[in-house]
Amino acid sequence: MLELNAQSIGFLVFSVFTIGGGLGVVTSRNLIHGALFLILSLFGAAGLFVLLSAEFLAAVQVLVYIGAIAILIIFAVMLTRSMTRLSEVFNRQWWLSAVVAVGLFVLILVGVILPVFGGMDTASVAPDVATTVDLGVALVDGNQYVLPFEVASILLTAAMIGAIVIARDNE
Amino acid sequence: MECRDIINTLAACLQVSGTDPGLAQFIQILLGVLIVTMAPLIVVILLIWVERKFAARVQDRIGPNRVGPYGLFQTVADALKLITKEDITPAGADRLIYNLAPIVSIVSVILIWAVIPFSPIHIGVDLSIGALYFVAVGSIGTLAIMMAGWSSNNKYALLGAFRVVAQLVSYEVPMVFALLVPVLIAGSMSMQGIVEAQRGMWFVVLSPVAALIFFISTQAETGRAPFDLIEAESELVAGFNIEYSGMKFGLFFAGEFVHVFTNALLMAALFFGGWVGPGVDQIPALGFVYIALKATVFYLVSLLLRSTLPRVRIDQLMSFNWKFLVPVSIVNVIVVAFLLQVVRALGLAPAADLANDFIANLPQAIVLLLGSLVIVAFVLQQLRNFGRQERAAAQTVMVRKEDDVDMLPAQAAH
Amino acid sequence: MNVINEWAFIGVFVAIAWVIPTLPIALAAFVSPRKPNAIKMQTYECGVETVGDTWVQFKVQYYIYGLVFLVFDVEMIFLFPWALAYNRLDFFAFGAGLLFIFLLTDALIYAWRKRALEWV
Repeated sequence: MLELNAQSIGFLVFSVFTIGGGLGVVTSRNLIHGALFLILSLFGAAGLFVLLSAEFLAAVQVLVYIGAIAILIIFAVMLTRSMTRLSEVFNRQWWLSAVVAVGLFVLILVGVILPVFGGMDTASVAPDVATTVDLGVALVDGNQYVLPFEVASILLTAAMIGAIVIARDNE
Repeated sequence: MECRDIINTLAACLQVSGTDPGLAQFIQILLGVLIVTMAPLIVVILLIWVERKFAARVQDRIGPNRVGPYGLFQTVADALKLITKEDITPAGADRLIYNLAPIVSIVSVILIWAVIPFSPIHIGVDLSIGALYFVAVGSIGTLAIMMAGWSSNNKYALLGAFRVVAQLVSYEVPMVFALLVPVLIAGSMSMQGIVEAQRGMWFVVLSPVAALIFFISTQAETGRAPFDLIEAESELVAGFNIEYSGMKFGLFFAGEFVHVFTNALLMAALFFGGWVGPGVDQIPALGFVYIALKATVFYLVSLLLRSTLPRVRIDQLMSFNWKFLVPVSIVNVIVVAFLLQVVRALGLAPAADLANDFIANLPQAIVLLLGSLVIVAFVLQQLRNFGRQERAAAQTVMVRKEDDVDMLPAQAAH
Repeated sequence: MNVINEWAFIGVFVAIAWVIPTLPIALAAFVSPRKPNAIKMQTYECGVETVGDTWVQFKVQYYIYGLVFLVFDVEMIFLFPWALAYNRLDFFAFGAGLLFIFLLTDALIYAWRKRALEWV
């Protein structure tokens, strides 16, 4: 059963941030408000990472998602002309996105949450959580994740080249 | 935890006197938080006075000298004045975001103080990811400026907000690359761990290039002269905070003042040994003195830069970052990483039990310092070549002009 | 202090850090006069009334800097665990890190050559 301690309070607060922020994103008409709600939601997710003892991921969440991606989104909104004050719904395919969202939710519910619901024994989980050092070792270990590590670099390079190609005209 | 003394083990002492353990923990945390949050706000009152006096001396003025001895209470008087000023919200502003922005701005700076180590035992909280934490928290300040610029419904403010992306965000790249170097050498991201690793040798000796890059880019992160393009009085009037008045304007400024000193503290902790100094193990409180002294030096240097350097142009600013600082900082990380492996392969690294010994650290320090010197020499050579090319290009343009146009008397005299 | 206590500290810190700057603003709201009028509330401009919409369109160059920054931000995130574990890694790990940095330096060189870093 849910005990009332620092962790459960934290979980409640961060869940409210995450879900409330998410609701704000889809309901607010003002795009900048939507972006700020997104930041609230991402902040809540960072808090949830902390509760899972994944401190490094929490810092990454704040640094990359709030510090970079959210700012890019706000920036993209400001780049557009008069998109900040929308008054009418112009998305005619909202029902399609609703179906996709509900389908995804059911998929996660049936596939991930229901199988472990009630069956999770906290004692069976190993107490030693992998640290950031372990992550660093695993990333460059020849037997573990060194290939994905390098592929990530190639992916980032491709992303940057793609962005430059799209954003700049042919000269 | 045992109840040794009331200051360091408050929770344990409260439990002895019969308080609920959870509540005792909470009270201890709350008191700690209050002390650490109040510290920057009290320090800022002094900082503003120091800064005004310093700028005045540079400009051959006297500075504040009327309120209190040496004008020390001038800041208090100013704060009182700001509180009683009418607070104007411009028409068309987005009220919520407009009011939130100055608070977010100062919160992002105060939050950094949670991980600054003041002595071996005095630190808000020694997070295992401390170094990443302060970068992450600091990047929220960028958000505050964008919020302020956007919500003011003013073209100057929006221009300032746009420059934030061009400046603050760009200078974060060399800053974090420079930050990688202490993490590499110390093998720790906790601020205490990084300071502890400097007991034998300050990291500035091991990698002066990283220290310099960190200093320059934190300077740009504060958005002050010579990097004050987001405010730029002569072109954007005041940039992002143009529509702010009264206490909200004051908060933006307080945040900026604290930020400069916070950066000086970080500089001292990351590269100049933080609280490390003689006798600090016997009397931990000495750590406060050492880190404050070191930070004051950097604080004064940044004040001197602010009062003497002119503002750079935005194209110069961006070129300096992306074509100079970023490549140099990347090369620096590679060189330091390579030399650390070499040092270990040659057995020059200090033994684990001698890590705090100055002499034992010398071989490693010399190798790394030589690496830094090679980088510096190479960079200077490149700069010299670049300067020569630029001058040659400028001269050919001049010659062509002189061919076309009749020479003016003044030019002929040259 | 264990990990959760450390972060409880940060949690309380975040909460208190919001309260403290709010206090002077709240105080100012009580103390300061409040006499708004249309001219006072006008958007500040160079002396004449502001013309047109505030949200003028900016050039895309700003956005390119933002994207380049994002790529480097993610790169640095990958390098932090590497740097943290560096003391117990060998030359192979150094090579892996070097290759990682090198691939991204390619991207920087590409941007440089394509003059995407120029302020035009």
